[in-house]
Amino acid sequence: MAPFNMHLLVCGGTGCRASQSAKIVERLRAALSENGLEGDAQVVTTGCFGFCEQGPIVKIIPDNTFYIRVTPDDAAEIVAEHVLKGRKVARLLYTDPQDKARVSDSKHMGFYRKQIRIALRNCGFIDPENINEYIARDGYEALGRVLSAYTPHAAIETVKRSGLRGRGGGGFPTGLKWEIARARQADQKYVVCNADEGDPGAFMDRSILEGDPHSILEAMTICGYCIGATKGLVYIRAEYPLAIHRLQVAIAQAREYGLLGADILGAGFDFDIELRYGAGAFVCGEETALIRSMEGRRGEPSVKPPFPAESGYWGKPTNVNNVETFANIPVLFLKGPEWFAGIGSAGSKGTKVFALAGKINNVGLIEVPMGITLREVIFEIGGGIKDGKRFKAVQTGGPSGGCLTEKHLDTPIDFDSLLAAGSMMGSGGMIVMDEDDCMVSIAKFYLEFTVDESCGKCAPCRIGNKRLYEVLRKITLGHGTADDLDYLRNVSAVIKDTALCGLGQTSPNPVLSTLEHFRQEYEAHVFDRKCPAGQCKALTHYFILPEKCTGCTACARVCAVNAIVGERRQAHSILQNKCIRCGACFEKCKFEAIQAG
Amino acid sequence: MNKITSIDDLRKIKQLLESQLRLREKSDDPESLVQIKVAMATCGLAAGARTVMNTLMEKTADEKLPIVITQTGCMGYCHAEPTVEVRLPGEEPVVFGRVDAKRAVDIIEKYIKRGELLDDIIPQNYERI
Repeated sequence: MAPFNMHLLVCGGTGCRASQSAKIVERLRAALSENGLEGDAQVVTTGCFGFCEQGPIVKIIPDNTFYIRVTPDDAAEIVAEHVLKGRKVARLLYTDPQDKARVSDSKHMGFYRKQIRIALRNCGFIDPENINEYIARDGYEALGRVLSAYTPHAAIETVKRSGLRGRGGGGFPTGLKWEIARARQADQKYVVCNADEGDPGAFMDRSILEGDPHSILEAMTICGYCIGATKGLVYIRAEYPLAIHRLQVAIAQAREYGLLGADILGAGFDFDIELRYGAGAFVCGEETALIRSMEGRRGEPSVKPPFPAESGYWGKPTNVNNVETFANIPVLFLKGPEWFAGIGSAGSKGTKVFALAGKINNVGLIEVPMGITLREVIFEIGGGIKDGKRFKAVQTGGPSGGCLTEKHLDTPIDFDSLLAAGSMMGSGGMIVMDEDDCMVSIAKFYLEFTVDESCGKCAPCRIGNKRLYEVLRKITLGHGTADDLDYLRNVSAVIKDTALCGLGQTSPNPVLSTLEHFRQEYEAHVFDRKCPAGQCKALTHYFILPEKCTGCTACARVCAVNAIVGERRQAHSILQNKCIRCGACFEKCKFEAIQAG
Repeated sequence: MNKITSIDDLRKIKQLLESQLRLREKSDDPESLVQIKVAMATCGLAAGARTVMNTLMEKTADEKLPIVITQTGCMGYCHAEPTVEVRLPGEEPVVFGRVDAKRAVDIIEKYIKRGELLDDIIPQNYERI
């Protein structure tokens, strides 16, 4: 078959599919065949490009044109103009937010300029449901080399030399983990891939599974060979139907090629992988809870030691790694551990994928070398704060992490410096906040999440977090007292010291970090009964400036509780005891006569 | 589907598949590929651009040449159709006029492979924006 002369890559990640990318594929194919171009141009459904804010994405190869926010109706025009006549459809190109210029290809977009894609190397590049495209990109080559040229010990040494650390949050050295699992003697061992991604706003694991499922299968097989396991399990949440589908397709294809099953690549090594579905509990991302859940029991963590490497799934030695960690493994062998160790900072090697979210221009998925600064990520790749507002804080590490402020903007992002700054790497969620965000409310939001997700097994987490949440709620309602601030700090410290698992031990972090960096904001709530960001409804009072009010009655008509009184053409006023602070009058007034404070 | 039973097997399959993805591999640097554009508007088609296109495609595929062939609209040289524009890596594009199947083969054999120019080259007389 002749290779195609043009490739139309359409994002098939969850985000873009939700905006009808499957239909775009259909329409593009139809338009191509209408023009007799089926043999010239190929439409490929790929994984996520990462630029989810601007989806659905269609990328045209060879000229690397990057179309954003494409709709099914644009398909005919793309084919007629670009494929047929070689003219770019200007209105679908990305516009640089700084200089307002149209950027035609991804190489010149700020979003991609600083990225290095290792874990995401195939996302948005190959068709994830076609094993051949993976093989054409050196897929399973690393497995072949390991099986034919490495002893398990030598392979583990390679992983150790690379300096790869677990990408799920803890940052435990991967090679060491494998070595511990290898050292145990047992009749059966297991390799588990932790795909129970639970941090609000983080979706890198899903994107990797959707965009490059074979890389995970290959890495798990390598891991099985290293630690002496013949069975692999992917624990994935049932809310990820597309990722599950693509994994199933990938497993079936790998089995058909003999890349999973008995005697892989003639090396006499057997390995197979099955899926296990989670019900979406956050705590099941903790490895001991995950293992219990896989055994069909309640997802509750247990005391470590024993570590899973000693006694895990059904009491057998089990090695649990996160999706992104696995995605790095094949590259490590292909390019060599020294190459990998050459990227990143002193204690954190390689790259990290981050999910950028919140008040930032370029929301999406990025992969950057460790050691890059927060400023580069937020202002260069992320394109700065939305609507020209002021940067206030960034939460890294999800509900277990902390808020970092302006003074941390030049902190290099790696495992150790984030910990030193009072936050953590976590799984790579990065939520950016602007001047309109109330930090007490943010802490309350995360605590609400933790309270919901706490499994309830240990008292510090079950009771302590609930108390923290109640106090934060009290403060946002305007009933806070001076003692509350000390109380928050003390209870947080106790929870951190005594909770059973990582969930509880880290859950007070958002409270502690906001207390440290935004104490004045807590004090404003408690002592002045004011919310400086204007987010806490109970602390916001609306009042009318009589000199500006024209008596147009627009506000009175929009008020649902008749709290605004006054004669027509006379200055109105708001009855504070009746006002429910819905803000409707504030939005309605054309004369800026209504003030919030 | 046959099972892959050794690393050599895997590499053989990879070589077969590689060319299908070459275009994407080079996409960050499209200038590194030879690019051919065949003008296929009404004038070009009437003069036989379709045959030229097919010949170029077949030859490229047969010899597995790293060439990208696309069709384009009228380049304005209707008097000399079919026209073919060739851009070698790092060079200015050259437009060949009155191309037929034989000249199409010559373009690949002589110009692209050996850098020899042919007769009937149309000078580029406009700027592109």
